[in-house]
Amino acid sequence: MTTILAIERLNKTYDNGFVALKGVDLSISSGEIFALLGPNGAGKTTLIGIVCGLVRASSGKVTVDGNDIAIDYRKARQTIGLVPQELSTNQFETVMDALRFSRGLFGKAPDPGHLERILRDLSLWDKKDERIGALSGGMKRRVLIGKALAHEPRILFLDEPTAGVDVELRRDMWEMVRRLREQGVTIILTTHYIEEAEDMADRIGVIDQGELMLVEEKRALMRRLGQVHVTIGLTQKLDAPPENLSGAKLDLSPDGMTLSFTQKGQDCDAALAALLKTLVTEGIEFRSVNSERSSLEDIFIDLVGRRR
Amino acid sequence: MNVYAIRAIYTAELGRTWRTLFQSIASPVLSTALYFVVFGSAIGSRMQAIDGVSYGAFIVPGLILLTVLTESVSNASFGIYLPRFTGQIYELLSAPVSAVEVIAGFVGAAATKSVILGLIICATARLFVPFEIVHPVLALLYLVLISATFALFGFILGLWADGFEKLQIIPLMVISPLTFLGGTFYSIDMLPGVWRQVALFNPIVYLIEGFRWAFYGISTLAPLISLALTFGMLVLCSAVVVWIFKTGYRLRT
Repeated sequence: MTTILAIERLNKTYDNGFVALKGVDLSISSGEIFALLGPNGAGKTTLIGIVCGLVRASSGKVTVDGNDIAIDYRKARQTIGLVPQELSTNQFETVMDALRFSRGLFGKAPDPGHLERILRDLSLWDKKDERIGALSGGMKRRVLIGKALAHEPRILFLDEPTAGVDVELRRDMWEMVRRLREQGVTIILTTHYIEEAEDMADRIGVIDQGELMLVEEKRALMRRLGQVHVTIGLTQKLDAPPENLSGAKLDLSPDGMTLSFTQKGQDCDAALAALLKTLVTEGIEFRSVNSERSSLEDIFIDLVGRRR
Repeated sequence: MNVYAIRAIYTAELGRTWRTLFQSIASPVLSTALYFVVFGSAIGSRMQAIDGVSYGAFIVPGLILLTVLTESVSNASFGIYLPRFTGQIYELLSAPVSAVEVIAGFVGAAATKSVILGLIICATARLFVPFEIVHPVLALLYLVLISATFALFGFILGLWADGFEKLQIIPLMVISPLTFLGGTFYSIDMLPGVWRQVALFNPIVYLIEGFRWAFYGISTLAPLISLALTFGMLVLCSAVVVWIFKTGYRLRT
C-alpha cells in the first residue's frame, strides 16, 4: 500500500495559548478507511483543518500524495475533498450551481456527466434545481458531500458526517462511503458513533488532548484490547465451580446456577469452545450460553478514561 | 493559474447580483434618477453654467461616482464577508487557489457590477440632461480603474469586519459623505479659501475632478494627479490584500 497522507511531528498552539495538537505522527495508506476517534476538543477538527488548509500548523510537516501542503499546496489540495462538520452552504444557490462552483474552484474543467452521477448517487438528482435553503438538514449534508466530491478527490475527509442525521440517511451515507472506497478513494472520518467506526473502518486512531494515543488496525485492536464475557446457565445447582477446566477461571453465581468467565486478548471463541466441550465430558448439563463481546466503545472509554 | 476557480468565483458573485437584481441595480438607478430630477432638472435650470458646462451636466460624473464608489465597496465587502459569516469560507480556504485568483474573482465581479451600474446611470442621466463626453475611452478606463480600486478596498473591509454593522459603516459614514463633499455638486474653486485647502485632503475630490475632466475636459486639478492617486490607492490596497492572504489574518486560525 502506498502512503497517500503523511503527517510528521505536527504541533498546533492557538493564539490564546490552547495546545490543540502535540507532535502528531500519522500515515494513511491509499484506499483505506481511517476513523479518528476522540472526545470533544481532542484535536480531531484541528488535525483535519491543518491537512485541508483551514488552520495553520505551528510546526511539523504534512504531505499529501508526496506534495507538501505548505509548498505544493495546489497539488495537495486538489487531491482532497472536505465535508465540514457545520452545515455551511449558500442558501440561495441551487444544488447544481453549488456543485459546479466547487468543481471550478478546485481547478477542474466542467463535467456535467460527473456531477449528474454524484447527484444521482446521493439521491439529489431531482433536487438539482432547487435552492439549498429549501432543503432539509439531511439533504443539505448530502449537498456538502456532493460539493466535496465534485472535483474527484482521492482523499475524502468527513468531519462528523452523521451528526444529527437520521438512521436511513446514515445508512445511505455509509453505503456511499463503501462505494467510494471501491473506487479507490481514501476516506478519513471522525465520528461520535463508535459503532460506525467499528463497522466501517480499516484502521482506528484515538486522539485525546492533542495526542494520538494509538493507531491500529481495527481487527488487531479489537483482538488485543477486546474481551469476551461468557455466562453459562446450568440445569442443576453446583456447589463449587469446577476446577481446571481448560485453564479458564470460572466464577459461580451465589445461587450455584450460573457459571461465568471473562477471556481477554487471545482468541476468545476457541477458549469458549474448549470449555463447552469439557463441560459435556464432565457431565455438567447446561441450558444456555451467552457471550458478550466488548465493543470498540468499551475500549475507547477505557483508553480515554484512564487519562482522566 | 487556476482559471476555472476565477471563473467559478466570478460567476457565483455575479449570480448574486442577478438574484438580487432589484436591490443591486434598480435601487441605485432610481436614487440617481431622483438626484437628476431634483438637482439636474429642477434646481439645475436656475444655476449658471460652470466653466461652460451646464449645471445638470456638471453633476453627472460626480453622481456616477457617488453610486459606483459606495456600490463597489459594499458589494465586494459583502461578497467576502458573507461566506465568512456563514462558514462557507472553508471551501475557499481548502481550495487550490492563490490570493491573486480569489481577488480576481471577487473584485472582478464587484467591479464589473459597478461599471455596469455606472454605464446605466450615465445613460439614465442622458435622458434628463444633454451632454457630450469629450474622452469616452478614457472615461470608461477611469471608471474601470476606480471600480476595481474601491472593490479592492471593499474586499479588505469585508475581511476586516466582524459584524454587519462595520460592513455598512464605511460606505455610509465615510465614502458617501466624502463623495458629497468631494465636489459632486460644485467645483472646489467655488469654495472659500480655507475650505478649498481642506477639500484637497479629501481623496475623492481628485477622483471626481479626474472623471469630470474625462467627461468635459475641465478640471481645477491636473488630471494626471488624479490618475496617479487612483493608481497609488490600487497598489496600496493590493499590497494589503496580499499581506492578508500571506499572514492568514482573519482567515486562517
